[in-house]
Amino acid sequence: MATPTATRTPPPPAQKRKKTFSQYCKSIRGQQTIITVLFMILPLLLLFLFTYLPLFKMVQFSLYDMRYIGKRTFVGLQNYIDVFARDDCFAALRLSLYYMVGSVVQMAMALLFATILSFPVKGGGIFKGCIFFPYLICGISVGFIFKFFFTRGFVLDSLLGFIGFDLESLPYWLSGTRINNWMLMASSVWRYMGQNMVLFIGAIMSVDASMYEAAEIDGCSPFQKFLYIILPSIKTIVVLNLILSVTGALSAFEAPYVITDGAFGTSTYFVLMNRLAHANQKVGLACAMAIVLLGIIVLATLFQK
Amino acid sequence: MTNFAHPRHYVSTFLKYALLVFASFAALVPIISCIVTAFKTGEEYASTSVMTMPRSWLYFENFTEAWKQADMGLAFFNSFIILVCVLVGSVIISAMLAFVLNRFKFPGNGLVRNLFMVATLIPGIASQVTVYQIMSSLHLVNTLHGYIILMLGTDVISIYIFLQFFENLSTSLDEAAILDGCSYFGVFFRILLPLLKPAIVTNMILKGVSTYNEYYMANLYLQTKTKYQVVSTSLYTFTGPMGNQYNYICAGVIITIIPALLIFIICQKQIYGGLAAGGVKE
Repeated sequence: MATPTATRTPPPPAQKRKKTFSQYCKSIRGQQTIITVLFMILPLLLLFLFTYLPLFKMVQFSLYDMRYIGKRTFVGLQNYIDVFARDDCFAALRLSLYYMVGSVVQMAMALLFATILSFPVKGGGIFKGCIFFPYLICGISVGFIFKFFFTRGFVLDSLLGFIGFDLESLPYWLSGTRINNWMLMASSVWRYMGQNMVLFIGAIMSVDASMYEAAEIDGCSPFQKFLYIILPSIKTIVVLNLILSVTGALSAFEAPYVITDGAFGTSTYFVLMNRLAHANQKVGLACAMAIVLLGIIVLATLFQK
Repeated sequence: MTNFAHPRHYVSTFLKYALLVFASFAALVPIISCIVTAFKTGEEYASTSVMTMPRSWLYFENFTEAWKQADMGLAFFNSFIILVCVLVGSVIISAMLAFVLNRFKFPGNGLVRNLFMVATLIPGIASQVTVYQIMSSLHLVNTLHGYIILMLGTDVISIYIFLQFFENLSTSLDEAAILDGCSYFGVFFRILLPLLKPAIVTNMILKGVSTYNEYYMANLYLQTKTKYQVVSTSLYTFTGPMGNQYNYICAGVIITIIPALLIFIICQKQIYGGLAAGGVKE
């Protein structure tokens, strides 16, 4: 660095103005600028390429009648009119209600088990692991597991047979339209409840332990402890997750996609959109559907803020 | 522990364990029923109830058959390559971005953060409709590197985990190193990156789990299954004519679950910690 030891060669103070490029590169400011640009190019390029350019194209495509390859016809807002006019789109959106109920149930259960497991329990680690593990299973495997689970006369039917149900009186779990969406929702709860629980345990653990001790001395019942200590201190994260679950329910996709592939009236909005885009090649219509849902999600997010 | 011998105490303890046992049972039954079926011979599968235990727990025929049918050797090989590239790449990319965002104040810093935040609002499945078109015009469909590049893309959670971590690393570290003549490159790669190890482990586990389990984009962008299939999509082999032979299917499912189970047992603590860290900031 510029140590003022040089006596014979005069230190160049005048050079400040006419710094060469390589000197600029070595200066702290120069380095900062270069690093900033260099380190951000890649992430921003990826962000642009796979998030914002697709968004832009979605808006553009939604105005055309088009396939991935081949000619495009400009149709204006016709695709949007179709989205609102088609029965299947709104029927699909209505299915989100099942998943909203599901996420409330899921969160209540996650809270319950998180509360239980945050305190010393015999075998707590094993229980926690069992409840959480489904989250780590690949979606396709989950699909096969539940196809198998719900098949007529297989796992669920046998289990219910054990406790005295008659096979004849049981519904077809995946093809009966009165029950199948509940079953898909249950499989989704099965998969994600543990993850929610782990989140909540993390939040509960960050509460100062002396609070619980004080409550214990004051003779609080476990329920009171939950109501007056745990719940207030993890309120933010619960509310945050509830908000996320609304958008999650609107974009419910995985369970119906891998288990029933949208058959028997289980086609949620995204399952339908996915089929229109990739199987039927109605790209314009699918884009309009995506934009409509995105609008709803943005509105919901703004509303909650 | 205050242990009042009060009947209510026993009731609540009993209730607590009953709930836990029931929930664990519900979580495991679907998986266990698969394991049971995977050990049955074809004849046994056809003739016995799903709940009957297999005659022999050493009957591995279904596993070898499923492995062969779905060409899982290739699938594991491809998945491994993808995992290594994606993990290394995404960790470096998000650590670099977090470093710049945390250390330097420059115009647009807030904007970049917001761009990444807003990106989370867009559901992945929806944007795939047009991402597909972009990928195909870049000739990235049906190539392993194309899929890897796509998977490297924006991951807000990992950026946030790194940002959080950088906030706890004092800037005096950087300043001292700079005074000693270290360049900013050196500061990042030689001083900060080694210190980020816990955050890197957390990110690798989270990203690893999601990459290993990802099937939607793998199915969409790696279409030549005989060449590019990964572990998750190899299971699609069983959807066709084999759709009813659950003894093979279950064996295939168990094969894909085993790596996840091993990682879970080894890295349990980091997985829980990582999820909690990623979830709070979301």
